[in-house]
Amino acid sequence: MINFEYARARDVADAVRQISADPAATFIAGGTNLIDLMKYDVARPMRLIDITHLALKTVEETANGGLRIGALVPNSDLAYHPVVEKRYPLLSSAILAGASQQLRNMASTGGNLMQRTRCFYFYDVATPCNKREPGSGCSAINGINRINAILGTSEACIATHPSDMCVALAALEAKVHVAGPAGERAIAFAEFHRLPGDRPEVDTNLKADEIITAIELPARGFAANYSYLKIRDRLSYAFALVSVAAALELEGGRIKEARLALGGVAHKPWRNAEAEAALRGQPAKSDAFARAAEILLRDAKGFAHNAFKIDLARRAILRTLAQAANATPQIQSSKKIR
Amino acid sequence: MTYIGTPTPRVDGRAKVTGSAQYAGEFTAPDLVYGSVVTSTIAKGRIARIDASQALAVEGVLDVLTHENRPKMASGDKGYNDEVAPTGSPFRPLFDDKIKFNGQPIALVLAEEWEISRFAATLVQVDYDAETHSTDLHTRIDKAYMVEKPDKPRGNAAKAHAAAAVRHEAEYYIPIEHHNPMELFASTVTWNDGGKLTVFDKTQGVQNVQRYICGIFGLKPDDVRVMSPFVGGAFGSGLRPQYQVVLAVQGALQLKRAVRLVLTRDQMYGLGYRPATIERVAIAARNDGTLDAITHEAIAMTSQYEEFSRNDTSWSALLYKSANAKYEHKLARLDVPTPSDMRAPGAATGVYALECAMDELAVALKLDPVELRLRCYSDRDQNNDLPYTSKQLKECYRKGAEAFGWAKRTPEPRSMRDGTDLVGWGMATGVWEALQMPMGNRIVLTANGHAEVSCATSDIGTGTYTIMAQVASDALGLPIDNVTVKLGDSSLPHSQVEGGSWTAASVAYAITTTADEIRRELLALAQKMPGSPLAGLKHDDVVLSDGMIVAKAAASRSVPLADAMRHGGVERIEREKLSEFKEDNKHARNTHSAIFVEVKVDEQLGVIRVTRAVNAVAAGRIINTKTAASQIMGSVVWGIGMALHEETLVDHAFGRVMNANIAEYHVPVNADVHDIKVIFVEEPDSTVNPLGIKGVGEIGIVGVAAAVANAVYHATGKRVRDLPITIDKILG
Repeated sequence: MINFEYARARDVADAVRQISADPAATFIAGGTNLIDLMKYDVARPMRLIDITHLALKTVEETANGGLRIGALVPNSDLAYHPVVEKRYPLLSSAILAGASQQLRNMASTGGNLMQRTRCFYFYDVATPCNKREPGSGCSAINGINRINAILGTSEACIATHPSDMCVALAALEAKVHVAGPAGERAIAFAEFHRLPGDRPEVDTNLKADEIITAIELPARGFAANYSYLKIRDRLSYAFALVSVAAALELEGGRIKEARLALGGVAHKPWRNAEAEAALRGQPAKSDAFARAAEILLRDAKGFAHNAFKIDLARRAILRTLAQAANATPQIQSSKKIR
Repeated sequence: MTYIGTPTPRVDGRAKVTGSAQYAGEFTAPDLVYGSVVTSTIAKGRIARIDASQALAVEGVLDVLTHENRPKMASGDKGYNDEVAPTGSPFRPLFDDKIKFNGQPIALVLAEEWEISRFAATLVQVDYDAETHSTDLHTRIDKAYMVEKPDKPRGNAAKAHAAAAVRHEAEYYIPIEHHNPMELFASTVTWNDGGKLTVFDKTQGVQNVQRYICGIFGLKPDDVRVMSPFVGGAFGSGLRPQYQVVLAVQGALQLKRAVRLVLTRDQMYGLGYRPATIERVAIAARNDGTLDAITHEAIAMTSQYEEFSRNDTSWSALLYKSANAKYEHKLARLDVPTPSDMRAPGAATGVYALECAMDELAVALKLDPVELRLRCYSDRDQNNDLPYTSKQLKECYRKGAEAFGWAKRTPEPRSMRDGTDLVGWGMATGVWEALQMPMGNRIVLTANGHAEVSCATSDIGTGTYTIMAQVASDALGLPIDNVTVKLGDSSLPHSQVEGGSWTAASVAYAITTTADEIRRELLALAQKMPGSPLAGLKHDDVVLSDGMIVAKAAASRSVPLADAMRHGGVERIEREKLSEFKEDNKHARNTHSAIFVEVKVDEQLGVIRVTRAVNAVAAGRIINTKTAASQIMGSVVWGIGMALHEETLVDHAFGRVMNANIAEYHVPVNADVHDIKVIFVEEPDSTVNPLGIKGVGEIGIVGVAAAVANAVYHATGKRVRDLPITIDKILG
């Protein structure tokens, strides 16, 4: 860990001013990932700008029936927020599938989006990693890649995004509100995280001088038919091998609207419009689920240790869609899969 | 009252929960210097250049030690030897420019603050001349060489195997597993008494570390005192002195100041570990389930500089009756640190393979797995053709099966279900040794009815403080609150390292034989009293009970020990004694267990839950049913981890551990652990030692991974022989 300066931001404008003035600075909120990265010498910010005092801690219903979640709302508060539990249980469930109680207490909503991959090589400064040190090479492609991506990979990087919460936000088509020197803008969730391409060091489309202020959920919450299912190497406190967020609107046994997002398989929460379209209008039955899974995984490519994820993802999609259709969502406190 | 055999709460429990119990990295001194280690990033080669100038330039950095400027160290292997070192040339931290494994310590940064030392450590520049390394056991099998055979073969296993009616032959694999005790390895070295060192170290053997440090630095035993009053888990990792104690002493000698060095979690992956092992088991049986031959071959890894091996194989035809048996143990040398003991070393791995193989044989014979084990049950140690001091394994099977409800099991795989889960019931046998060692002990009894009992053993969280207090209380007839236990200090009476499950039996024997002498002295004092009710009695005719010396024949004939001592003008009685067990070559000494496990496996997704486990243990007399049950329960949890989670992932291109942290090196978390029932089967044994104690530190893990694997087979019909059993192996 290197020496760094510490500064506190008074408000959003001050935070933007400070980050714009210093390209070697980094915002810190819960610090649940950043502090680890600093200890491992992976992140070397010269200045931490503490944003924990900003007024971004409220959850408010919006005029169009949605929900605006302040970027600093702790993950645990969000998961147990009565409106979220009632109207967006998919989000609540996904948050509770992640990390541990202690980490969720510390982690912020905005920070969850900004967490970095858990690829082993990214964390070990003794090994090459394009994400950590652009141009040094990807060690995972021919290395230990059990936990790495099967979709949207590039020659330069096969890392995954580790978040559970973001998989639900992708399925719910959230918007990310950000503020920068040029003012505020909103980024569609699907556009927030990037694929690695030839620039894997860039995780998101957030600009270096911007700050996340809020996440906005649209009115549609899929509270009746949803499920978040996370498959991992132990029953808690492990990152997903594969996770699935499924959200359906049913009408007379047929699927009126469908959302399907995968976690643990790509550099960003993975959705495919064609797969969701294939579900619409179909009976909520395994034939349709299998077809969606097939489309979603059509371009999946395994590496030496993670090819199993393709079949696992297919099975998990079938199960999660069935849970959603049957209104028997996975309960995160129970490790028995429904 | 008597304390032995009761669930006495830990005497050190309050100190632990209130935080007053101090661990090696918590001791301090006014002029404390903090160390941080720089480790190698290649697996083999030499350091071409090491440049500490940037680190030295950081304010607060006092020195950077490397092989180029470290204090003088012994030049021969003998100087680095320790009580449990395997054959070979022990690793010498910062000795020269050679790199023998990835993660090897190559520099020690010493600074006024820990944060400064840690930062400066990132600034040490190293150039290597790297050489081609080899870290993969699977690529070196053909280079593996035979080590001294664990036990002699008997009969002709190959011939019997070829002629057998039913044969099972398979290869099992256990990956590298690393120690992850909660307490990081740490040493704090302080100066006192004009130039003497006190070393607070995380270790299972303070006297072993003391001799080791003296050997390396040419110090006299009086100049080095090693202390380890509390240890936050060790399980074998602290049997040998670890490199941080050498580095901390180097720093202290160099700066003539106190030094504290705490390793980081990832640096712990440069220490010892359970070696990756390939186990090949061949069993030949008759149709009735009796065995004709067992062949067990193990191929394990070791370092280039030491030959570490444990008994993996000869448990096989020790446990089951077979006229023909053959064992082989081979080692492959790799560019890795030397493996170390880890809870039930050899047995945890070897018996895993054996007990899976037995399960496969039971399937082939269409026999119930418990029934098969009863049909080849052996009342004798066949390897040495000896009777056991005691062996209540049949009772373990019976009680374990009954508590588990084994009779309701349907034999066919995939035949039991719970909704979308496949249910599997598996079982296995466990076996370990009942070892015992010479042990010193000192008892100081004062006339106010208090006793201090001490010896240089360790309590690694297992409950040694508590059982020593229990045994001493019973032997001296004092309430447990009047007994103080001291351990973990090299200046105390002799102790071997605390390992091999031998501590309970050894220390209990040492306490009782020393207490015998106290009793003898007390009786002599009591008999000097005028009209003594104990006149004419021999010391074996009396016991110490309720603070009195009491005639066995008549409880009414008694003298309070305070009266006897005061009458004799004796304020304190001190006795110290080294107790050695009588040699007994006529018996085998073992502990046994039967483990029953239920798993539920999601049929579609392959997700495994271990929903129930019963471990029935026969281990002689149990001194403390509470701490002993905790040991067994912890062992079962570890066994679940061994079966389903634990695996050190080495990138062989770099020769480097890639999951060197406890987020990615998986051990069971609460969600993975459900109902665990521990049963201690009555096993009276007056032959093994006078108190009939056998030790429970290791038996609890042996067989657990096999029971889980067998349950997974029963649930799914899928036989996974490579640990850990992960989802991909179930679905694949």
